[in-house]
Amino acid sequence: MHSCIAGIKMTWLPVVAGLLWVFVTGFIEDTYSTEPVATPLTDTVPWPTTFNLGRAATAAEIKSWDIDVSPNGRGLPAGQGTAITGKIVYQTKCAACHGKTGEAEAGVKLPAPVLVSDTVFVGRKTNTIGNYWPYATTIFDYVRRAMPYHAPQSLTNNEVYAVTAYLLNANRIVKADAVINANTLPRVVMPARKYYVDDDRKGGAEVK
Amino acid sequence: MKQNHQQNSNTPTKLSRRKVLGGMAAAGILYIQTSLGKTIQPVLPASWRKSDTPADDLITPGPGPSKLGGRSPYEKPVRLPSDISSRTPLQDLLGTITPSDLHYERHHAGVPNIDPEKHELLIHGMVNKPMKFTLRDLKRFPSVTRTCFLECSGNFRSGKETMTAQEICGLTSQSEWTGVMLSTLFREVGIKPKANWFLAEGADAAYLTRSIPTSKGWDDAMIVYGQNGEAIRPEQGYPIRLLLPGWEGNMNVKWLRRIELSDQPFMTREETSKYTYAVKDKIRQFSFEMDARSIITSPSYPAKVEPGWNEIRGLAWTGRGKVTKVEVTIDAGRTWQLAQLQEPVLSKAHTYFRLLWYWDGSVTEIASRVTDETGYTQPTLKQLVDYRGADMGGYHLNPITSWLIKRDGSVLFKPESRK
Ligand code: HEC
Repeated sequence: MHSCIAGIKMTWLPVVAGLLWVFVTGFIEDTYSTEPVATPLTDTVPWPTTFNLGRAATAAEIKSWDIDVSPNGRGLPAGQGTAITGKIVYQTKCAACHGKTGEAEAGVKLPAPVLVSDTVFVGRKTNTIGNYWPYATTIFDYVRRAMPYHAPQSLTNNEVYAVTAYLLNANRIVKADAVINANTLPRVVMPARKYYVDDDRKGGAEVK
Repeated sequence: MKQNHQQNSNTPTKLSRRKVLGGMAAAGILYIQTSLGKTIQPVLPASWRKSDTPADDLITPGPGPSKLGGRSPYEKPVRLPSDISSRTPLQDLLGTITPSDLHYERHHAGVPNIDPEKHELLIHGMVNKPMKFTLRDLKRFPSVTRTCFLECSGNFRSGKETMTAQEICGLTSQSEWTGVMLSTLFREVGIKPKANWFLAEGADAAYLTRSIPTSKGWDDAMIVYGQNGEAIRPEQGYPIRLLLPGWEGNMNVKWLRRIELSDQPFMTREETSKYTYAVKDKIRQFSFEMDARSIITSPSYPAKVEPGWNEIRGLAWTGRGKVTKVEVTIDAGRTWQLAQLQEPVLSKAHTYFRLLWYWDGSVTEIASRVTDETGYTQPTLKQLVDYRGADMGGYHLNPITSWLIKRDGSVLFKPESRK
C-alpha cells in the first residue's frame, strides 16, 4: 500500500519512464491510425436476434400504467360530468391556487397559471385554455395526471370530466349543461386549434 | 550555489520511507492519530520549530487521502435556483463539461426519490411485444457513451445590464452520458410500421409526458443511466432519463418510466400550452432542434478586464450537428474575426472557442456568433423579432449576446428591446 510511490527505488525510474513512453507513444499512434474505429452503434461481435433481457408486460400492468389520452379520444375512461358539478370540484380543489374562477384577477398574483379567459387569440394577455389550447382532450389528460398540484391523481374520473366541463364552459367553449364524456370531449373544437402550425425549419441560412 | 550543492551531497541519495520514519522515531518524535483515525502525523518538539526558512508558518503535510473529494475551499461555483429551475454558472466553467452538481435543472413537480431496485421501464403501444425492463436489464444491453449539451428551450433572459451569463442563458449544460441506445430497445420490442410517434412519460409527480417522432429513436436517442462517470443525478432523472441529443430539454424526459408507440402525437400539455410560441399570427409547434447559439463567458459580467492582452472565451453549440465556425467582434459588430475552436468539435455539443484580444482601454462592445454545419448563423434579437413578431414569447430564442466594455474595464450585458 504505502510503497506505491515512495517505494519505487530510484534505479527503477528509467524503466518506469520507458514503459510510460511506450504507453504514451502507442496511444498517440492509435489516435492517428487509419484502422476502422468501432462506432458506438457497431460491435465487434455480431448481435443476437434478441438479448433476452426484460420480460413481457402483462395486460393488467399496461392497463394500470397507461393513463394518456389522445386527441381522438383514445384512452378516455368511462364516466362523465358537467360544468355544474365541475364548479364544485373547481371551488374545493383548484381555486386555492388558480383563483376564484380561474380568470385573472386584477392585483392578485396567483401561485398557478390563469386558466380562464375569452377565446380571442390576438392581443391576449396570457395563454389560457380559451385562447391558446388546441385540444380539449389535453385538459382531461393533464388534470388527471398532474392536478391538483399537491395531490396529483387523487381525483375520480367523474371529477376530472366535471372539472374539464367547468373549464371549457368558463372559457366560453361549451354550454353549462353540456355533458362531457369519452364521446363528447374529442368533438369539442378548440378556438385556437386553427392557429397551430408545425415548425418547418431544417437549418440553413434563413432565420425564421 | 556551490555551498548548496555540498550540503545536498551530505544527504543520503537513497531515501527509503522506512529509514526516514525509523530515524524520526529514534529522534523521539511523537505521533498522533488524526480524526480520520488512519493518517499519522508527526508532532515535532517545539525546539524543532526553528529553521533558516523565512516563512512565518511551519510547512506541515495536508490531509491524507479521503473517500470523497471536494472542491478547493477557494472555489464556490453555485447554481442559481428559482422556484422552477436552477441555472448553470457558465461564467465559472472551465472547458466544456459541466460538473454534475452544477448541471441546470428544470422540473415541473420537483425531484422524485426513486428506488433503482424498484424502477421499471414499460414499452408498449404499437409494438410486437410489450415489455418491462428493470435498471439491471437496461445496464446489460450494449452500453454507449456520448457527450452532448442539454438546453431548456426557454433559455433567454434579458432586461438589465448587470446580468451574468448564468442569468441570461444558464439553462444549458453539458455532460458525458452513458446508457443504451433507444434503437436497441426498439429492436427488442419490435416497432410496428405505422408507429411514427412515441410518448415518453416520467415518474415525477407531474407524470410529465412528451410526444417524440419515432425516427429520433432510431437515429440517436438514448436511455441514459450514467452522467460524467457516475449514476445520473436525481435532478437529471435518476435512475434513467431519455436523452435526445440536440433537442429541447423538456423532451429529454427524466425519471423515465413508460414509452408508448402510436401512429399520432398525443398533444400533451407540454407540447401545446407550453413549449409552443407565437410566430406572426400563428402558433408554432414541434420545435425540436435547439438552434445554434454562442455566448462569450469570459470576460462577462461581473468580471473586469485589464488593458493589454486578454483572451475572449466562450461556448458555442447547435442542436443540428457540429459548430463550423465562431466569429467574434471586438468593435461592436463592425468587423468579425474567426475564433479558434477547441478540438475535437463534437456533434450537438458545447464547443469551446477563444480569441486573443488586445484591449487598448477604450470603450467597446464584444460579441460572438456561431455558424453550424447546416449553414445557419446565430441571429440578432432584431432578426428574430422581425420574422416572428414582438409577441413571439420566450421559447427558442438564441440571439447574439453582446457585452459592453466600459472605460474602467467593467463588463456589462447589453439588453436589447423586442420592439
Ligand atoms: C397547490 C396549487 C394548485 C392546485 C390546488 C391546483 N393547481 Fe393546477 N397548477 C398549479 C401549478 C403550480 C401549475 C403549473 C405547473 C407547471 O407549469 O408545470 C398548474 C397548472 C395547471 C394547468 C395547466 C395550465 C397551463 O396553462 O398550462 C391546469 C389546466 C390546471 N393546473 C388545472 C387544475 C385543476 C383543474 C385543479 C383542481 C382539480 C388544479 N389545477 C389545482 C397549481 C395548482
